[in-house]
Amino acid sequence: MTWKTDLPVMLPVTKPEPEPFLGLKAWHILPVALFAILGPSLGFAQTEDGGQNPLVVLMNWAPLLLQGFVFNLVISVSAMALGTVVGALLGLGQISLIPVVRGGSWFVTQFFRNAPWLVLLFFAMFLLPFEISILGLKIPFPDWLKAILGLSLPVMANVSEIVRGAVRSLPSGQWEAAESLAYTRMQTLWLIILPQCVKRMLPPWMNLYSILTMATVLASIVGVSEVMTLTGQALASEGGRPELLAPFYGFVLLLFFIYCYPIARFTVRLEKKFAVIG
Amino acid sequence: MSWNTSDPMVSLKDVHKSFGDLKVLNGVSLDVMKGDVICIIGPSGSGKSTLIRCINALNDIQQGSILVEGQEVNDPKLNKLELRKKVGMVFQQYNLFPHKTALQNVMMAPVRVLKQDKDAAEKSARALIKKVRLEGKEDAYPGELSGGQQQRVAIARSLAMQPDVILFDEVTAALDPETVGEVLQTIKDLAEDGMTCILVTHEMAFAREVADHIYFTDRGVIVEHGPPDTFFKNAQDPRTKEFLSQIL
Ligand SMILES: Nc1ncnc2c1ncn2[C@@H]1O[C@H](COP(=O)(O)OP(=O)(O)OP(=O)(O)O)[C@@H](O)[C@H]1O
Ligand SMILES: [Mg+2]
Repeated sequence: MTWKTDLPVMLPVTKPEPEPFLGLKAWHILPVALFAILGPSLGFAQTEDGGQNPLVVLMNWAPLLLQGFVFNLVISVSAMALGTVVGALLGLGQISLIPVVRGGSWFVTQFFRNAPWLVLLFFAMFLLPFEISILGLKIPFPDWLKAILGLSLPVMANVSEIVRGAVRSLPSGQWEAAESLAYTRMQTLWLIILPQCVKRMLPPWMNLYSILTMATVLASIVGVSEVMTLTGQALASEGGRPELLAPFYGFVLLLFFIYCYPIARFTVRLEKKFAVIG
Repeated sequence: MSWNTSDPMVSLKDVHKSFGDLKVLNGVSLDVMKGDVICIIGPSGSGKSTLIRCINALNDIQQGSILVEGQEVNDPKLNKLELRKKVGMVFQQYNLFPHKTALQNVMMAPVRVLKQDKDAAEKSARALIKKVRLEGKEDAYPGELSGGQQQRVAIARSLAMQPDVILFDEVTAALDPETVGEVLQTIKDLAEDGMTCILVTHEMAFAREVADHIYFTDRGVIVEHGPPDTFFKNAQDPRTKEFLSQIL
């Protein structure tokens, strides 16, 4: 059977800079977000009834929103950690010599890789119990924990593909050299193949983490108190003043941008570096 | 399983091998005695690589027998690891492990596979690197070495396993002309030390000089074979003659 990966980052060619959309680059979101936040407070959207300056209102809420954002990060890091561990095992399963293990891992990977993240999140929310009892001990199973589990599923499937793709991208000569030196398959994998794969897996893995971080806002739909939920609640308690929408959501955009953009830059740098030194 | 040195160390009898519908080996037989150096030559695609890869079970065969020191390789119960401890291999593309230094490449298998003591393994690895004339390159990574140097590390890596026979598959074919000589010299040294070698090569002058016996393959069969002098001077088969006229 021949394996192929559809992960473009696994190909040994230099990846071109992402096509700019309408001539826009990622960092152009920065002035947009700043304008959204600052624009209204500069006066042209001022309310007649003399409501507080939107920027001042935002500043009052900012600590709470930041807390919510930190919660998003906690969810993203936890889901990434869990998804990476299970996904790595699944990826190794995909290159197993045992047909049942290989087929099973392949199926699980493809199933979760081709499922919308939101649907998986809903499944986790509504299929998992709100508490589990182990030996009579009732352990609560809060929504945020379910969100972590739900989001770790697509991460797992993508990590599985990243691992498989990286292993398959190594020249077969590496396997053959190891085989003819009488290494066992396990030794070959752990001493020779996987150490070389780490480098290749890092950029797509970081890419995945960025995508996951931005997807954590999906948890607001199922009621987890992350930044989007809190923003909605803050806006509601301010009486739903329309001129507050842009600054508040602009602020959220800015938070994600400040966190994710450096990761994206770093990923591109790594990709370039590895493309040069192989 | 009793094998003594008066029997062939490697013995192929009527070996057949196909990839799907493509028949690559159609009944190959050859014997290699301990200490022999044999060269396999022949046109591209005639099955030379396939042939020697069968000897260390990198390829399986459909029919026939391959005995290595009396042990049958064409046997589903074969312990491949034990076989490969006895049969070393050097590849055209070197296939060094790029994340390990030259020294690590050489000493890793003795430590991990043969469970040798680390200090002892390092000592013999350094000696081997010296033997292939790469003293001072112990800590270089493969990417920092020339093709010829990498290939000599690969030879040292294979020697570190103390194999009884080494397979060489066109090990100079990927090299710059100026580094071919240094690798051939290394192999010549081995041959003089009495190592049993099975080489696939296009280097006719070299084959003539070091080989005890030459086999010419075409389309999966051995067309003609003999000691170098007779082989090169008195080739009988028209296919051999044509090949030699093109290459010499
Ligand atoms: N893994 C494989 N799967 C399918 N066909 C293969 C495989 N390996 C080799 N072949 C085919 O078997 C035939 C013999 O190949 P082989 O590599 O043994 O030839 P060769 O004599 O070593 O040639 P060269 O001098 O070019 O190295 C070729 O037609 C090749 O395409
Ligand atoms: Mg070949």
